[in-house]
Amino acid sequence: MTKQLTGLEVAHRIEERFPGSVEEAVPEYLMIHAEKLVEVLTWMRDDEELWFKFLSSLTGVDWIDWFEVVYHLESFKHNHAIAMKVRTWDRDKPAVPSVTGVWPGAHFQEREAYDLFGIVFKGHPDLRRIFLWEGFAGWPLRKDYLNLPGGEMPGLERFPGEPGVELSGRGTE
Amino acid sequence: MTIKSEPFVVNIGPQHPSTHGVFRLRLTLDGEKITDADMVVGYLHRSMEKLAEERTYTQNIPFTDRTDYLSAMTGNLAYVMAVEKLMGIEVPERANWLRMMMAELQRIASHAMATGIFANDCGAWQTPVMHMFRDREKILDLFEMACGARLTLNYMRIGGVSKDIPPEWLPKARELLKELPKRFAEYEDLLLNNEIIIARSRGIGVLTPEQAIAYSLSGPMLRGSGVAWDIRKADPYAAYDKVDFDVAIGRHGDVYDRFVVRLAELRQSLRILEQAVEMIPDGPVHARLGAATVQPWGQAVAPLAFRPPEGEVYARIESPRGEIGYYLVSDGGPAPFRFHIRSPSFINLSALKEMSIGATVADAIVILGSVDIVVGEVDR
Repeated sequence: MTKQLTGLEVAHRIEERFPGSVEEAVPEYLMIHAEKLVEVLTWMRDDEELWFKFLSSLTGVDWIDWFEVVYHLESFKHNHAIAMKVRTWDRDKPAVPSVTGVWPGAHFQEREAYDLFGIVFKGHPDLRRIFLWEGFAGWPLRKDYLNLPGGEMPGLERFPGEPGVELSGRGTE
Repeated sequence: MTIKSEPFVVNIGPQHPSTHGVFRLRLTLDGEKITDADMVVGYLHRSMEKLAEERTYTQNIPFTDRTDYLSAMTGNLAYVMAVEKLMGIEVPERANWLRMMMAELQRIASHAMATGIFANDCGAWQTPVMHMFRDREKILDLFEMACGARLTLNYMRIGGVSKDIPPEWLPKARELLKELPKRFAEYEDLLLNNEIIIARSRGIGVLTPEQAIAYSLSGPMLRGSGVAWDIRKADPYAAYDKVDFDVAIGRHGDVYDRFVVRLAELRQSLRILEQAVEMIPDGPVHARLGAATVQPWGQAVAPLAFRPPEGEVYARIESPRGEIGYYLVSDGGPAPFRFHIRSPSFINLSALKEMSIGATVADAIVILGSVDIVVGEVDR
């Protein structure tokens, strides 16, 4: 079984090595300050006890007040995994450091996060949109990008079929 | 008189038989040698991640069929496992075994396609792929018997599977399992020592184990380079901890090794299935959920909409193409706040440039074939 390392377990080791780099440590993840991110992740990759040589997944999340980039790391040698995060508060020009220098596998995944969230990865060698074309207006996965013209329709705040909501229309017959 | 030479750009695709879908490859050439490779994707981008944010957890299951459409079962499985992890649902034993059997049948069907199409890329035009379609067809018949669909299966449910297999399913499966070893022997005879395949694929697109890990490769791409990492072994899900199988790895990390790993995995999947048809326990195939609705035929299924607790999960499984992971963030609402698919086809392409530089145009086709992409999953 892969052991899921909690943020708390690793946080004190990182804090010892890089004082002031941990922003938030909870069981689910560990959040690092953006300016220390590359240093910390490089160390986590090369440290013998952590050995996070495999970047499993990289993606963004729009929390409306801030943007997050989530890294899921895995170690084949010790068979453990951890979720790391970095946060940016700037909604107009969100930017975090690129980790392509740490794991070349981040190249396309950072381009994807840039394409869909507009998060700029500083230091990325070739940051272009990947799925959408250059000149596409807006960043589709942001929460303020609505795909229904006019936004959420009245009456659809709750999903039909949820407990407490009556099914209307053909479903009731 | 001097002859001027300049780099030449060749476009392959988006409509090209060897790009395995709508995928475009831009190669910069110096004579025959590739000096730069760039891929252009997005022709099939449906933005499932956005669409999923306004559908309920149950309504999102069909999307997962349509990412990797050659391996719908594993897409389903990874997603429902993520939701179960989020909600803390225990799946009944029989459902776990059914999930494993379906995933392994799907692996055989998918690897058969991959190796057949790869032989196509090497120049064995359509004959091997037709042989493999014949066997894939029989697996699709089994899927049709179990859930009524052949390609976009939508079989897994949050808490179990949609319905139990009919009584005639297991005998039919046993019949197929008796027949498949003969077929696999035939493939191995035809393809493994085939002079043309060896000439086209040995020593081409080589990746060292360190490179394979650094590029986040997974599945046969990673194991072909000699890294014995298989999530079925490392982090057993469904019922993989109760069956016996080996992890196939390559030695040189070239295109040929990836092809051999896929052929070897066919045998291992067969081994898992042979044990599973004998060991599958009886019992319910769906967990009783809090507000489960009971269908007319007496079966409990997850309600159409429910609200999981706040939190985030990442669940991953070993699909035929590699690690397929679902990252879900719940804000306590009926639809996921964030729904991210870590798709192996897309991430395995990150090493394409590394493998292609220095190769010839003809090699680029074979290298792309060895990545085994499904464009539905690359673009999502």
